[in-house]
Amino acid sequence: MTCLPAHTDKKLGLVIDLDTCVGCQACVTACKEWNTGGHMAPLTDIDPYGGDVDGVWFNRVHSYEHVTEMGGRTVNFPRSCLHCDTPACVTVCPTGASYKRASDGIVLVDEDKCIGCKLCSWACPYGAREFDTDVGVMKKCTLCVDRIYNDNLAEEDRVPACVAACPTSARHFGDLGDPASAISQLVAERGGVDLMPELGYHPTNKYLPPRAHTTRAASVLAPALEPVRAEGGFLGWVDRMLSH
Amino acid sequence: MHPAFSVVFFTTATGAGYGLLALLGVLAGQGFVPPDFWLGIVGMGLALGLISAGLLSSAGHLGRPERAWRAFSQWRSSWLSREGVASVATFVPAGLFAIGWVFLGRTNGWVAIAGLLAAAGAVATVCTTGMIYASLKPIAQWHSRFTLPGYLIFSAMSGSVLLNALLQGFALGSTIVLAGCTLLTLLGWGWKLATYRYNDRLEIPTNANTATGLAGGTVRSLEWPHTEENYLLKEMGFRIARKHKARLRQITQVLAFALPVLLLIAALALRWPYAAVLSALAATVQFAGMLVERWLFFAEAKHTVTLYYGR
Repeated sequence: MTCLPAHTDKKLGLVIDLDTCVGCQACVTACKEWNTGGHMAPLTDIDPYGGDVDGVWFNRVHSYEHVTEMGGRTVNFPRSCLHCDTPACVTVCPTGASYKRASDGIVLVDEDKCIGCKLCSWACPYGAREFDTDVGVMKKCTLCVDRIYNDNLAEEDRVPACVAACPTSARHFGDLGDPASAISQLVAERGGVDLMPELGYHPTNKYLPPRAHTTRAASVLAPALEPVRAEGGFLGWVDRMLSH
Repeated sequence: MHPAFSVVFFTTATGAGYGLLALLGVLAGQGFVPPDFWLGIVGMGLALGLISAGLLSSAGHLGRPERAWRAFSQWRSSWLSREGVASVATFVPAGLFAIGWVFLGRTNGWVAIAGLLAAAGAVATVCTTGMIYASLKPIAQWHSRFTLPGYLIFSAMSGSVLLNALLQGFALGSTIVLAGCTLLTLLGWGWKLATYRYNDRLEIPTNANTATGLAGGTVRSLEWPHTEENYLLKEMGFRIARKHKARLRQITQVLAFALPVLLLIAALALRWPYAAVLSALAATVQFAGMLVERWLFFAEAKHTVTLYYGR
């Protein structure tokens, strides 16, 4: 049923720290590696070694230049499904293939019901869904449902593959519906934001904006060695000797 | 948005087909058009043929067409599902009306009721088609108050121009139908001009800042996540039409509105068979023009995902 659940017990999702993401693409490859054998397998590649490469990915990392009056900076920006509270990709689905789980809020596609009409990808403002031209169905991030509840994995590994792979801990996983959870407190502390809030999709995933520019550090344009103030004692003697 | 020909043809053909069906259902069912076997065969054949061809074309757009039957299940939430249900349901009164009007030569009793129900079904189906596009928030040019009335006006316009060509072809042309379809074409032209004007002045609150959550200043795309075009850019980052926008808008206006209006006014002044030839020409030119209009409707539409790519 593509009507949305009135309430979800949990709101599982990701929090992505744009301050610490270094754009290494480890989350991208870890996601592809896990999911091409996971719940939505395969993540088909078309002409992977040719000149016209295409394929399905659930996670893409962009790089932007953000220029404000404080100066400019490069921001690496991972983009994946935000598991919205009011996902139009689910309600537009004519077959019931797209659904939002009442238990944890994860948005999934039942590949056996999808007719490949692509309307859900039009309804998603974030470009989270990618069509598999080979299989003829729509694919999307599963928040690694086959990892996070997987008893065969060690407990610390029961997180999405992208979170497990991140070398700078820029990706966090947890219940954003519980204000006491560590991830919710991180969002509150760092002022996490929704993407395109004006469209009213109420995304579950949050992005932590880069920290403000600091004025405490030395300017990179400062001279490498500054003149030393004349001192007494041993250091003063060394200074005088070296100054000759 | 990528203008897939299957969808462009689908909305144009079913729009004209449902317009013709609605007009035949009301006018013939109420006895304004005489029950003539060949007129009925050609008229209902044209209406149902355009609808069926359009629906088959849209099924060709699917990745897994063999599962298309599943699309009738989610009518509670999905306009696409509602369109599927409405289009198939409309075939029932339309078929009954065709049997009664064409084969039994009746225009009263249950045939009249079936005609009215077919017309209601046709209007409902065109509404669901319009709402599929009007409900998509990421595409500001579609998520506007111009989209749904546009679909209804263009359906009535192309259906009435077809009806006029049909009646003229059987030497049953009437000044009222001819004047009516001319006025509807002028209305369609006006509506399209108003839509262009609205779209050109559109101020979209969504930009690269809100898309990335980076407040203030400017956000410029430095590097894409991939070197080649992916599904998102092929499907939603279509750019050719924006380059030729002005020229394509002129072609649309000439073919879909200006030329048909001139031909219909000329038909008004001429007798059969010249009026019939001009009426048929007006319908053909307008159909071609509406294909360009619908192509541009897709190609001009800008999806928010393009913001992530700096487009």
